[in-house]
Amino acid sequence: MADIRDTARVYGRVLRAQVRSQWQYRTSMVLEILGSMVVNGLDIATVFVLFSVTGALGGFTGTEVLLMAALSAASFTVADLVAGSADKLREYVRSGLFDSLLLRPLSALLQLAVITFALRRIGRAVQGVVLYIVALCVADIPWTVERALFAAIVPISGAVFFASLFIGGATVAFWWVESGEVANAFTYGGRDFTSYPSTMYGGWFRDLFTLGIGFGFVAYFPSLVLLGKPDPLGLPTAVAWGSPLVAVVAACVATAFWRFGVRHYRSTGS
Amino acid sequence: MARVQTALVAAGFRRYATYRQATFAGAFTNTVFGYLRCYILLSVAATAGGTMVGYDRSQLVSYVWLGQGLLAVVNSWTMLDLAERVRTGDVVADLLRPVDPLWTYLWTDIGRAAFAALTRFVVPLVVGAIAFGLYVPRSLLTYPLFVLSTLLAIVVCFACRYLIGLTAFWLLDIRGVMMFWVFVSGAASGLYFPLAVLPEWLSTVLWVATPFPSLLQAPLDIAVERGGTGHALLVCLGQVMWMVLLLLLCRWVQTRAVRKLVVQGG
Repeated sequence: MADIRDTARVYGRVLRAQVRSQWQYRTSMVLEILGSMVVNGLDIATVFVLFSVTGALGGFTGTEVLLMAALSAASFTVADLVAGSADKLREYVRSGLFDSLLLRPLSALLQLAVITFALRRIGRAVQGVVLYIVALCVADIPWTVERALFAAIVPISGAVFFASLFIGGATVAFWWVESGEVANAFTYGGRDFTSYPSTMYGGWFRDLFTLGIGFGFVAYFPSLVLLGKPDPLGLPTAVAWGSPLVAVVAACVATAFWRFGVRHYRSTGS
Repeated sequence: MARVQTALVAAGFRRYATYRQATFAGAFTNTVFGYLRCYILLSVAATAGGTMVGYDRSQLVSYVWLGQGLLAVVNSWTMLDLAERVRTGDVVADLLRPVDPLWTYLWTDIGRAAFAALTRFVVPLVVGAIAFGLYVPRSLLTYPLFVLSTLLAIVVCFACRYLIGLTAFWLLDIRGVMMFWVFVSGAASGLYFPLAVLPEWLSTVLWVATPFPSLLQAPLDIAVERGGTGHALLVCLGQVMWMVLLLLLCRWVQTRAVRKLVVQGG
């Protein structure tokens, strides 16, 4: 137990040092935090620009679409705060700097997370969570104890899901350094995908992204559970309640993949 | 002089032709986003009764997939090396050369765009054509007009990015400016949705007062023949105006920036 506390203290120190150093350029930092909040707000606005054409998206009303978009935003921004810098890994692999992480008696993954922590992302994360709370208040939800618990868990499980994607995408850099853009298709692409109801998509693309990769379990299925609506696509409600389990599976897969990647890491040799 | 320009264009082409993995990765990502945006717009159109603000199904398909392809050709999201070279001081070497850096960067960027047109433009287009079926222009004149408009879009976008790069002379760190640019140039250029979806006053302001529609919306509207040949020529004329205006602005800002530049060391 004391061991864990010591280790946590080390990570805490590194994290504090990062925050302190980034906070030195105060004006730039404040501007970046505000700027990223504006950008994030405009992302949600994009959903509603398309919503405004017909007054519905994929058969859902305004507050329902808002709930999905907000849940997606909360999940993504929190994951981005915690693991969004994972793509820095390719710089570490390219330069051979990753060696230094392996030499220390701490988890390489957690070290990478705290060393590349970007304070400027905090504004967006707070904004995402606030927006989700607002969406919960305005949406027409038949509240029960289970639903309240579920509402508290799903943004966390969504964040875990996106964080797994960030880590999985970054891990590819162990074999393929220029892979950044492929990971973007699933991280940023996933954010865009989950901002809209899955009913809007069609064909194999919908099945692959909603069920195959599991993006449906970030915002679409949880929102249906909260709203007490059956899935127009025919997934049983019981499965939709299992959204947090999907996040656990994703986290396990991402961690296993990361370990596999680290074992295959060959330094630059210089 | 023509030899210098050819050499610079070829250099830009060759430089990007060596990034084969990145080219593949980029085309893959553009394709995924193509599916995403295509389904979203088609779903909106289906709810609205088949057309969306005047775009029918095949026009929307073309709009999305050409947009995904053009994104890499126009390349609004990758910044020029300029800002980094200003920060490190390497820009001195650029200024010492007999060709103005503005033109050096422009010709190299055109070489880059040519490579992107052969690779990253083609991939999403083929996928879109197979999976959804593209809009076939009725008039043959549309093809040369589209090429012209795309060329103008490349230069306009280059000038915008060059201006952002020049701000490094004052700011050193262009991350903040870049962030705003990435979002605004995406939304206001028509990448996420056709600008006609916006309230009329807003889309008019964007068309008249900003260069953003010149980046994507202009060539895309020409490709799907929105408004006929006369309208297309007008759109191209607008692009020419922005091109001239922005290049002049680049010259002016660069003169001021160079006057401010202090080279340390010896």
